Parts: sequence; C-alpha cells; structure tokens
Amino acid sequence: MCDEHVLSQEFEIKGGDFSNAGKASTSIKEILREIGIDSSIMVRVCIAAYESEMNVVMYARRATLTLSVSPKMLNLRLEDEGQGIADIPKAMQEGFSTATNEMREMGFGAGMGLPNIKKNADHLEISSTPGKGTSLDLTFFLNKDREK
Amino acid sequence: MTVKEIVETLNLKIVSGQESLDMEVTSGYTSDLLSDVIANSKEGNLWITRQTHQNIVAVAKLKDLAGIIIVNSREPDEDTLRKAEEEKVSILCSEEMAFEVSGRLYALIR
Repeated sequence: MCDEHVLSQEFEIKGGDFSNAGKASTSIKEILREIGIDSSIMVRVCIAAYESEMNVVMYARRATLTLSVSPKMLNLRLEDEGQGIADIPKAMQEGFSTATNEMREMGFGAGMGLPNIKKNADHLEISSTPGKGTSLDLTFFLNKDREK
Repeated sequence: MTVKEIVETLNLKIVSGQESLDMEVTSGYTSDLLSDVIANSKEGNLWITRQTHQNIVAVAKLKDLAGIIIVNSREPDEDTLRKAEEEKVSILCSEEMAFEVSGRLYALIR
C-alpha cells in the first residue's frame, strides 16, 4: 500500500479457539460500519476476514490479522504460525480441504474458504512455508466499482 | 414480515434474542455449511440449519441475518445460547425438518 493509512488495527487469533472464532471479523465489521465503508464492500471484507480467521482457528497455532484502511483501499494482512500449505494451487481449488471429520460435522471444511476469499477480495497474495506458516495479503479498492 | 410473525405462524420456539424479533425478514437461506452461509446468505435472511454449535452466532451476526431456525427438534448448545444472548441474535427451534420449514417459510414470504 502506497498511500497513507487513516486507520490500522491488529487482531490476535488463536488456533483451535472455536469459542472466540469470529471475534476479529466481528470487530472489523464494527470498525468499518463506524467509519462508513460502503456496505457492499463491507460484506466482501467480512466474508474474507471470517474465512481467514476460521483457517487460523482450524489449521494454525496463532496469527496476527492486521486491518489497514486508507482513502483508496482497505488491506487485510494475515500472518500465521502453523503447518502452512504444502500445495497452494490445490488449496485454492473449490472443494479441496484437509479438514477433519469433526470440523466437517460442524459445517466447516467444505473447501470453500480460500476460494471465497479470492472471490471477494480485489487482489490476493498468498505465500506459505510448510511447517512454519502462511501469509495472506488481501486488498479491497474503496472508490471504484470492482471489475467482475 | 417480521421474525415475530413468522415465529407465530410456523409455531417456533424462541430460545434467544427476544429483542431482535421485530427484524424484517427478507428471505430464507437453508444450509448446514458455514462457508456457504457466510458467502451466500443476505442481510435479513432467516437461516435454517441443523447446526447447534456456537459458531453459528458469529455467522448470523456478521451477515446481519434476521435469525436462525434450528430444525429437527435440536436444541442449541449452552455456549451457543450464551453467545446469542450477548449478540442479540434470535434463535428459534422447530420440530420439523429443514425441508418442511423451508417450504413453509417460502410460501409465507414469496
């Protein structure tokens, strides 16, 4: 991001902590509502934030999720420590999942997480080191209609 | 049509979120996959599901859903109820299965 941030906030997410899952995304939504972000953009950010958060809860040890907002764009940056992703192109495919049966029983692990994130962000960068962790950088443009 | 009117017509049991019953219901969304609901439900939808765990509350809250109908005589977990009260999310229970509840809701609001 090149222009000045008007807002930047960090959220800590703990792996395996299903009882607080969704808290970071809910806080992000409240912030965006307060600063008056367009509701269609807010919905897209919330979907991407929630899926990112759930990925940490299900697969990583911990992560920091940073929300930055500037006049032109909104950025979500997630840095996690955990098992990482061995095959990113495969993980980006709809329907591919390494979730356990227990997660699937709860309605997670449909292989929709990363594809949902990609669909809703204007720009996605992902990198991962197996055994160390994954980083995810999502950009949402604020003052132009998104190209379909 | 409000959540309250639907509760009366479909004979649902209110287990949380009394204060949110005046919300206007735009449509319904039936699914047990949380990623599907997060991606595709719309503001004001009533979510019909068999899931009872606490994570359903955050999903309803994030998508500004009008409420959650838990089907098949299932009851929400205790921590689900606690969260729903905190977040003022209406949870309603039905003895009927998802197919029936969806059909009746569809007939009511279409």
